[in-house]
Amino acid sequence: MAATDPMLDSGADFRTRLQTWLPKIVLAPSFAIMVIFVYGFIAFTVYLSFTGSRMLPSFDLVGWQNYDRLFRIREWDIAVSNLFVFASLYIVISTIIGLTLAIFLDQKIRGEGILRPIFLYPMALSFIVTGTAWKWFLDPGIGIEHSMHLWGFENFEFDWIKDRDMAVYTIVIAAVWQSSGFVMAMFLAGLRGIDNEILKAAQMDGASNFQMYRRIILPQLRPAFLSAFVILSHLAIKSYDLVIALTGGGPGNATAMPATFMYSYTFTRDQMGIGAASAVIMLMTIAAIMVPYLYAELREKK
Amino acid sequence: MTMMRKFYTGAAVLALGTSAAVAQEVEVLHWWTSGGEAAALNVLREDLAGGGVGWTDMPVAGGGGSDAMTVLRARVTAGDPPTAVQMLGFAIQNWAEEGALADLNALAEEQNWNEVVPEALQRFSTYEGNWVAAPVNVHSTNWVWANTALMEELGIEQPETWEDFVAAMETAQEAGYTPLAHGGQAWQDATIFDSVAMGAGGPEFYQAAFVDLDPEALGGAEMVEAFNRMETLRGFVDDNFSGRDWNLATAMVINGEALFQIMGDWAKGEFVNAGLTAGEEFQCFRVPGSEGTVTFNSDQFAMFNVEDESDQESQLAMASAVMSPEFQIAFNVVKGSAPARTDIDPSAFDACGQAAMADLAAAGENGTLFGSMAHGHANPPSVQNAMYDVITAHFNGEYDAETAAAEMVTAVELAQ
Repeated sequence: MAATDPMLDSGADFRTRLQTWLPKIVLAPSFAIMVIFVYGFIAFTVYLSFTGSRMLPSFDLVGWQNYDRLFRIREWDIAVSNLFVFASLYIVISTIIGLTLAIFLDQKIRGEGILRPIFLYPMALSFIVTGTAWKWFLDPGIGIEHSMHLWGFENFEFDWIKDRDMAVYTIVIAAVWQSSGFVMAMFLAGLRGIDNEILKAAQMDGASNFQMYRRIILPQLRPAFLSAFVILSHLAIKSYDLVIALTGGGPGNATAMPATFMYSYTFTRDQMGIGAASAVIMLMTIAAIMVPYLYAELREKK
Repeated sequence: MTMMRKFYTGAAVLALGTSAAVAQEVEVLHWWTSGGEAAALNVLREDLAGGGVGWTDMPVAGGGGSDAMTVLRARVTAGDPPTAVQMLGFAIQNWAEEGALADLNALAEEQNWNEVVPEALQRFSTYEGNWVAAPVNVHSTNWVWANTALMEELGIEQPETWEDFVAAMETAQEAGYTPLAHGGQAWQDATIFDSVAMGAGGPEFYQAAFVDLDPEALGGAEMVEAFNRMETLRGFVDDNFSGRDWNLATAMVINGEALFQIMGDWAKGEFVNAGLTAGEEFQCFRVPGSEGTVTFNSDQFAMFNVEDESDQESQLAMASAVMSPEFQIAFNVVKGSAPARTDIDPSAFDACGQAAMADLAAAGENGTLFGSMAHGHANPPSVQNAMYDVITAHFNGEYDAETAAAEMVTAVELAQ
């Protein structure tokens, strides 16, 4: 049918144009908000890190002075090395536990429907709740150690949370408890996505169970590993609430983290410039992990 | 009081031509949320309500006020400051420097604040000679709180010197008690350090190190001695001290598990709430070595610049109510602190309160009234927290005394 009626023609034309523009129009406000409130403020923070801001933002540039000072502050070194210890242990242990749980749950066992939410449930709690609960568990005066003493195990000792050298590991314990179930859910989804035909073929060829996991299943879980790594690493870098609730950065400042450092310098010490500088360093760290990942993801899609 | 209010209402009517029936309100940002403090604040609220000024409460709990300060920053940056804000020491000076605070000079002149408020305190309530805040109280930090029954049981007299103090704690330790109730949080470690440094180096050293930030004093022999004394005290706390809140440490003294606690006079409220009487079931005396000096911190209400005339009036009504002797007595009896005015009749206060008022007046006279480093009245927050880091790290065994003194110099240098 030849469209000769100009009215109809322009109508159709308008409709197709509307169809192409509508998504853009709908998305524009949220896109604008994101550009301003995420990227705009990232840029503002970077700018602040080069100014002499103290209590309130100021705009006099002082060059690299804040960064210079930041790396001379001992607490920052403690924070960075804590982050390194915490993040590596947290990511590795959560991944191992999550994967193990997922593999066990994937054995077509009974009661999976009950077990899965039980393992997943800690993720539903806020880190503040986790931190407070574990603070009580780990406190030698009221927690596990105390209970053991009451049950007659007089020599039982577990006072890591009061020990400068071990306190950072208590944060690992609480964080792993919180996140392992979530990692398990990701791996479980990955396991369910594996084609059964391949597994049957492997069984025909006489692959043992162990070989099957090692050679076929785990390599196919690569995307799940990557997602787990990215999610856990950014959780680790921005860990603030857990540390505040569990140890408050103590004993002394043994469990300071970059996030607690940033908050303290920006909001309680009136050294906003140094706080901004530490925030920029944290952003760079996250970017160093995220950018290669995003690059790889986007390249695969082409 | 009524004269004052008439005068200001009159002034406002002239200025604005509005009727005096405009609902007056003060919006007050504070962190007095615990039982005794909230009750004390109610005194002020009712006082203002009597004068027809409404009260919008804006409590921000926690963090010793740091959370409240974060909220305040956001409000001021957004151009919507509260009428009055509870504030400490250097924060008042910083906000005044930003030009954010109102001028209370006319009222101060009228009510003679210059005469009745100790000079060391005026250093914080005024900025470049202008009154910008109304001081509510003076807390002093160099107190020892002791359990009388335990002292008698162990045959301990009130210690006069540092050596006696240590000997008393050794006696308690041998008897199986905790000699020093303490919570391992940075500010509590620093609170002890205030008194210990004063005892180890004396007033001149305290002034040079914590107020003038002289590197010689910060890294000097007196500082090393102060840290040595901290190590001595470290031997007298229980194994489970780290992270404990101050009021739980006070409870250890109340329950007779611990002999002493070094803490500011807000600890008295805990004893009183437990039904104990000052001078009878519990004792208060100055930390041995720091007698004759008072290290203080003071809660004040800073008044922010507000546009609205009726708000300005309510502000002045509030400042006036805060400084009134009736409120100063009512509030400080509850809070455990001494009034910010030195012309107050002490008869309403208990033994510890009267001692605090007498000490404050004497220290004000003799020039031995110092702002407390631990509570942000000796140096700005950046320096204060840098000192916290060193004191806490040392108390937790990361440095020896010599290293700690050297770190003190570096930390202060970086914080300026």
